[in-house]
Amino acid sequence: MTAEMIMASDRQATSEPLLQVRDLKMHFPIHAGILRRQIGTIKAVDGISFDIRPGETLGLVGESGCGKSTTGRVILRLYNATSGHVILDGQDITDLHGEELRRIRPRMQMVFQDPHASLNPRMTVGSIISEPIDEHGILKGSDKTDRVEELLNAVGLDPKYTNRYPHEFSGGQRQRIGIARALALNPAFIVCDEPIAALDVSIQAQVVNLLEDLQEQFGLTYLFISHDLSMIRHIADRVAVMYLGKIVELASRDDVYGAPKHPYTQALLSAVPVPNPLVEAEREHIVLEGDLPSPANPPEGCNFCTRCPIATDICRKEDPVWREIEPGRHVACHYAV
Amino acid sequence: MDSVTPSTAPILEVTDLRTVFGTREGTVHAVNGVSFHLHEGELLGIVGESGSGKSVTVMSLLKLVPMPPAEIVSGRVMFNGRDLLKLGSSDLRRVRGGEIGFVFQDPMTSLNPVFTVGYQLMEPLQKHLGLSKAEARKRAAALLDLVGIPSAVDRLDDYPHQFSGGMRQRVMIAIALSCDPKLLIADEPTTALDVTIQAQILELVRKLRQELGMAMIWITHDLGVVAGIADRVIVMYGGLLVEHASVRDLYGNPQHPYTRALLETLPSLDSTRSKRLKTIFGQPPSLVAEPTSCPFAPRCQFAFDRCWKENPSIHTTNGGWADGRVSHDVACWWDIDQGAPRDDG
Repeated sequence: MTAEMIMASDRQATSEPLLQVRDLKMHFPIHAGILRRQIGTIKAVDGISFDIRPGETLGLVGESGCGKSTTGRVILRLYNATSGHVILDGQDITDLHGEELRRIRPRMQMVFQDPHASLNPRMTVGSIISEPIDEHGILKGSDKTDRVEELLNAVGLDPKYTNRYPHEFSGGQRQRIGIARALALNPAFIVCDEPIAALDVSIQAQVVNLLEDLQEQFGLTYLFISHDLSMIRHIADRVAVMYLGKIVELASRDDVYGAPKHPYTQALLSAVPVPNPLVEAEREHIVLEGDLPSPANPPEGCNFCTRCPIATDICRKEDPVWREIEPGRHVACHYAV
Repeated sequence: MDSVTPSTAPILEVTDLRTVFGTREGTVHAVNGVSFHLHEGELLGIVGESGSGKSVTVMSLLKLVPMPPAEIVSGRVMFNGRDLLKLGSSDLRRVRGGEIGFVFQDPMTSLNPVFTVGYQLMEPLQKHLGLSKAEARKRAAALLDLVGIPSAVDRLDDYPHQFSGGMRQRVMIAIALSCDPKLLIADEPTTALDVTIQAQILELVRKLRQELGMAMIWITHDLGVVAGIADRVIVMYGGLLVEHASVRDLYGNPQHPYTRALLETLPSLDSTRSKRLKTIFGQPPSLVAEPTSCPFAPRCQFAFDRCWKENPSIHTTNGGWADGRVSHDVACWWDIDQGAPRDDG
């Protein structure tokens, strides 16, 4: 483990990104009619770029339907991207196939949202966790059993539970099983797709602390997808805000929460209810009008122009460029300074 | 809590409500003797995690729990001088949707997909208020307008699937408000919605309360939502009411170890960011056991022998209603301010 930790700190020092995403697009075709002709496309992810440095947590926030889960899945090659590049460890993995793709799969894993749906109810905890190990044929026999026990210990579950079934566990414990499975192959990069959204408030903190401990212990890199802005503030080093298939703002945590530049980020932060009646009474809420437009038919110009409180003519005509307004601080808005 | 009440008599008074569910694993004690009341124009928040009994409590008020397996074993629900639990089914039907409106959590499943929104809005108006079809249609349009749906008249003939989630929840609120209820019960009305849409609905509710002045019960697991809109708050845990206070007292000076721990586990949006989140160890209770000890004892850092033997009774920690303040009640044997067990009395 010490060797791994040294490796992790090494990587951090060089600050070569572990993952690079370049102009990534994921468009889903819409088919209709008896001939199933394509009548349109849903632009779930529409040209996003970012880096994730080794050992860091990038928080990806946005409302439902903005494309944040699709982003996570395209990066892991669970979908085939329409265009763009995903580069892991300097290797472009966007077009890998077959055995080549299989070989890089252990490097990147996923923790799913719903711990009730993501574990096979007919498999024991032991077989769920050892499945990736079997699949990639790394360990056998007692080595494998030892590894499963080690993993259960790492996520804070009793190793004697290996022969139990998922239904015997609570939501929080099931999420721990899902995390153990994701760790089984010693990945470098994990996509956490709303890992705490289905859990009770008192359990969420337990799981978040576990994820942070594991990150420190194994030098993991996370893409943490969530709609919970206060939790993202806690866990993420840098934060990307997504709206309708595009990243509108990307900056360090303190910049995003301290002085958001994009009007959508500002509105989103002001809409989060704060658990303090004194603060709530004083706080100004920016209430956005209307609903999220359909990603099949995004508005002309800036995607946010239909709901933006400061939109002008240029916003309805020209798509704002993704620019770096300060070092490490990216915004896509005509008016951000 | 029954002492002096300020200004008006309560419009709703719930006493010792107990609801159990008969299951194959045994009897589940979902609600274990909950008492509370509500004044005109007040908004009472009920917070708790899943399985704490908050939904079953309000569903029991109108006998909306499926019976069997559920059974309301004891309790009194006084509303407008009548005990709702003693009403026959036709009388109850007049109360449901008439004097008491209900907004459910999931706007996707609580509207009927095969009827137009107009039809669903007009139904209670015709049934409860005896309006003619034309009158009901006019009022339905006015209601949609009230909840902020643009070009309301044209949208009456649309089906629920033609509305977005936030718009559907607005329709649900319009239906609940249609017969001028004295009480509106909202069960996690914004949980299924995005934050920016939730902000819209909260804004709407603030506006409607000012205009219509009805009393409301708002159930949620989100302590942030309650902080912004409630006058008083009840915290539930394991089928018990563990704390009750005015919203400022509850957040400013929580008295129950559970409330305090719950507020501490939440990461904040503005204050200094802690290195690690505080956690509440353990799991929520299963409720299959008879409620003979404090349900929070296994997870409580202050638990001592009495907590395991006796269900805590309710203690009022400030002067209570007699003082002209909202009474601050807590069901706990431990006095968290003194750091010692509570004296009986």
